[in-house]
Amino acid sequence: MIPLTLRVNGRERRVLVEPRQSLLRVLRDELGLTGAKEGCHRGECGSCTVLMDGVPLYACMTLAPEAEGREITTVEGLLDGEALGPVQDAFAEHDAFQCGFCTSGQIVAVEGLLRANPQPSLEEIRTGVSGNLCRCGAYPNIFRAAGRAAELRAGRGGDS
Amino acid sequence: MLPNFAYVRARTVEEALEHLGGEDTRVHAGGTDLLGCLRDRVFAADKVVSLRDVEGLTGIRRAADGGLVLGGLTTLAEVSRSSEVRGLYPGLAQAASAVASPQLRNQGTLAGNLCQRPRCWYFRGEFHCAKKGGAQCYAVGGQNRYHAVLGGGPCYIVHPSDTAPMLLALDAAVRIVGRAGERAIKLAEFFVLPEVELARENVLAPGEIVTEILLPPAPGLYSSYRKVRERGAWDFALASVALALRSIGGRVTQASVVLGGVAPAPWRAEAVERAIVGTTVDEKTARDAAAAAVEGAEPLEWNAYKLPLIRGIVEESLRRFHDYQPS
Ligand SMILES: Cc1cc2nc3c(=O)[nH]c(=O)nc-3n(C[C@H](O)[C@H](O)[C@H](O)COP(=O)(O)OP(=O)(O)OC[C@H]3O[C@@H](n4cnc5c(N)ncnc54)[C@H](O)[C@@H]3O)c2cc1C
Ligand code: FES
Ligand code: FES
Repeated sequence: MIPLTLRVNGRERRVLVEPRQSLLRVLRDELGLTGAKEGCHRGECGSCTVLMDGVPLYACMTLAPEAEGREITTVEGLLDGEALGPVQDAFAEHDAFQCGFCTSGQIVAVEGLLRANPQPSLEEIRTGVSGNLCRCGAYPNIFRAAGRAAELRAGRGGDS
Repeated sequence: MLPNFAYVRARTVEEALEHLGGEDTRVHAGGTDLLGCLRDRVFAADKVVSLRDVEGLTGIRRAADGGLVLGGLTTLAEVSRSSEVRGLYPGLAQAASAVASPQLRNQGTLAGNLCQRPRCWYFRGEFHCAKKGGAQCYAVGGQNRYHAVLGGGPCYIVHPSDTAPMLLALDAAVRIVGRAGERAIKLAEFFVLPEVELARENVLAPGEIVTEILLPPAPGLYSSYRKVRERGAWDFALASVALALRSIGGRVTQASVVLGGVAPAPWRAEAVERAIVGTTVDEKTARDAAAAAVEGAEPLEWNAYKLPLIRGIVEESLRRFHDYQPS
């Protein structure tokens, strides 16, 4: 076991973990942040997507100690106070899910996309979420929600 | 669950090399391939040495000779976005952006992409195959639709990297640092076939680190990378082709054509190169040259489809070069 200090959603969290633990397991099991989902735990589905220093990656393919000193953002961290953040709102508005299992990963991927590219084209949106599988096939609505999220974010003044 | 290992984060290359003595000590760059190998018990690890904080291993800079130096830990996303890479070696930007998915490109590194282990399901699975020291290659006579059609035997893996064929076509070199010192070797000498080295895919000795990828100057260079995969994202190449050509007045003066996904190492299609040098690559030349791409191929039971696929993407890439007339 090693002690780690992780910065998650703006808060400093101390944990004692084995270095072989993935960031995903630590977020879910140690920190109770179950927004990032475990679909495959092998980098093949995207449901575990989190932002590290603002950039989307798979928490299941990241050793917890590799996240030390980085700014980690999960879907829980995208709330706007008590209310939904712009990307979350856009997903609800456009019904961009069915079962919802992939949704937090999709939302975080879109948030990462919009931070790098606030006004993406449809093609850029499609590429932006191409690392997130949706078994329910909600893609058309996900693309629409991402476009709407860009508008909402711009309206609310950028970074959430 | 991963096996238990000690984790250290080196701050300098020297510190990393000190830790990298033991047989089961592993380099961790982005970790996107390493974690998969450890989870699947492809090899063991008692210590994982992270290069995350090692200074000087990231970033892209101009070399004195006008070429580019890419730090080994530069992420694939950075490579594909870099304006210098896009301007000088567009084929490399295309290859880097054809890897896996956005998240994996944000995390995976260029050196890690070259050093990743093969995806053969027998090698990754619970088979004591030839590559792991066993008696036979289970792909021969097994499920082999993703395996090698060129250069195979006694093991039939394909090299999984998308950037390797492009970097080989670009005549890139890698800088390798180990306890014994430092050397720079061309990628042509870096990758090895199973008939030479069964257990590994390159000449890296245990404990050595790839610190830099060195690209020679690019004036007058045309490059492209074309990959075919079953799905639009995430998938490894069924076949791919990297072109690096120089021409004067549309006539090819120098050609490098390298195939990916079809051989245990990036595969230079020398017959194609010979067929196009000195020509303007008109339609007939492109077709004949493409036919030569599969010279010597020996498909297994389930992968003969790769032959027309290779011919098709070689012809298509050559035609694209022809249509693009540099001013
Ligand atoms: C779902 C999935 C899909 C993928 N699809 C593709 C694809 O389409 N195309 C493709 O090319 N790859 C693909 N990959 C493979 C891989 O993610 C990438 O190749 C990535 O670039 C590996 O880089 P990394 O930094 O994460 O490597 P790591 O996992 O850190 O390392 C890979 C291997 O190389 C060694 N190593 C790493 N860096 C060095 C170094 N500097 N010196 C010496 N040894 C080193 C490690 O010890 C390890 O054995 C895929 C992976 C996954 C999980
Ligand atoms: S759980 Fe991480 S990609 Fe599937
Ligand atoms: S909503 Fe069910 S997997 Fe995407």
